[in-house]
Amino acid sequence: MSNKSLVSISDYSKEEILSILDSAADFEANPNRKTLDGKVIATLFFEPSTRTRLSFETAVIRLGGSIIGFSDAATSSSSKGETLNDTIHMVSCYADAIVMRHPLEGAARYAAEVSPVPIVNAGDGSNQHPSQTLLDLYSILKTQGTLENLTICLVGDLKYGRTVHSLIMAMSHFHPTFKFIAPDELKMPDEYKVFCRKNSIPFTEVSELSDNFNDTDILYMTRVQKERFQDLMEYERVKNVYTLKNAMLENTKPNLRILHPLPRVTEIDPDVDKNEKAYYFRQAQNGLYVRQAIVSKVLNLK
Amino acid sequence: MEKKLKVAALCNGTVIDHIPSDKLFKVVSILHLDTCLNQITLANNLESAKIGSKGLIKIADRAFAEDETNKIALIAPNAKINIIRDFLVVEKRELTLPNEIREIVQCANPNCITNHQPVTTRFWVLNNDGEIMLKCHYCEREVKRDEVKIK
Repeated sequence: MSNKSLVSISDYSKEEILSILDSAADFEANPNRKTLDGKVIATLFFEPSTRTRLSFETAVIRLGGSIIGFSDAATSSSSKGETLNDTIHMVSCYADAIVMRHPLEGAARYAAEVSPVPIVNAGDGSNQHPSQTLLDLYSILKTQGTLENLTICLVGDLKYGRTVHSLIMAMSHFHPTFKFIAPDELKMPDEYKVFCRKNSIPFTEVSELSDNFNDTDILYMTRVQKERFQDLMEYERVKNVYTLKNAMLENTKPNLRILHPLPRVTEIDPDVDKNEKAYYFRQAQNGLYVRQAIVSKVLNLK
Repeated sequence: MEKKLKVAALCNGTVIDHIPSDKLFKVVSILHLDTCLNQITLANNLESAKIGSKGLIKIADRAFAEDETNKIALIAPNAKINIIRDFLVVEKRELTLPNEIREIVQCANPNCITNHQPVTTRFWVLNNDGEIMLKCHYCEREVKRDEVKIK
């Protein structure tokens, strides 16, 4: 790759991942600085994603940089039929780096190939969303003190949930043990199980969410989406069974933390929010520091 | 004797033999023979002891390089390449699947950027426990070799 774009979590080596997490901790200690003074960052959101966009924009503004861009393709030139190649070339005349969200898979890789300035992938369809993965890793490291030898339970939509797929790839450097808990319709795809076997990562698979988390360090919940189900009665059943309740956490380890990429719907009962093991809102806040670290890295500033 | 007369001998050039009959015109397209100005002889539905029915292509006065002919390894893995000089076979070669395949394959994922924008497709050839898979360089989806769509 000719520039320092971040397209996929697999673009980063173990050392690069650790250096981003290190840098994020530094930004957490002091998130307001002027290191991006005079820099312009474009946020091109070809599909709306308010949460991710605000997180990136806050990250840049707190470092003294400025933002240009759009939050919806309807208001951009792509609605007039401009190719992605042309949009990227045009924007790179103005901006020092481009943060891009696009509904098509592979859009970020392509943009990184044609762009003279670094691209940060803020989600390309159902493919990659590396800043989410890095903030998940940062949250795990912060709450556990290490990334090594952890037992991680992945719960919910393991078939289409890109965050869990990227998390498996990223954690593969750190000797994890996985538990996959998903309804039959949304089981972990074979290619990720093949990946685990190839990398000697132990895993177990179950289809019912029970209260058996005694050996778990991280409970990673994901949203079960209605549109994934052919049979809506099945969805109703799964929705009610796949709800984490406070009572299920009774005998868990003291270091257990619950993560969720958010937004959540019914998969975590609000009665869990008060439990000190609920970490999902802090996780979102960690996104800010991790994105400050990412933007600084692609601009070679840190 | 009659069999030999079906395809005239070539003085100089390339002969591609043992192409499965249903892949002959795909090979023509992948090697861009439809726009090649050299003399070309196509034969199809010839009897073959090995594959039943085969196609054959003779291109006069052009020796194809290995990386050019390897492009057809995906659809005609058992085709044989003969380079001819002065009516003699000076080089015989088999095809090997390259590590990367550009342009000729269409991504099976309808939501892939290559199916919506003018992007040249790129695929990585992977061997997953003996099964050949193609992984899209852009959307990162994998497809089995025999489920690949040729453009």
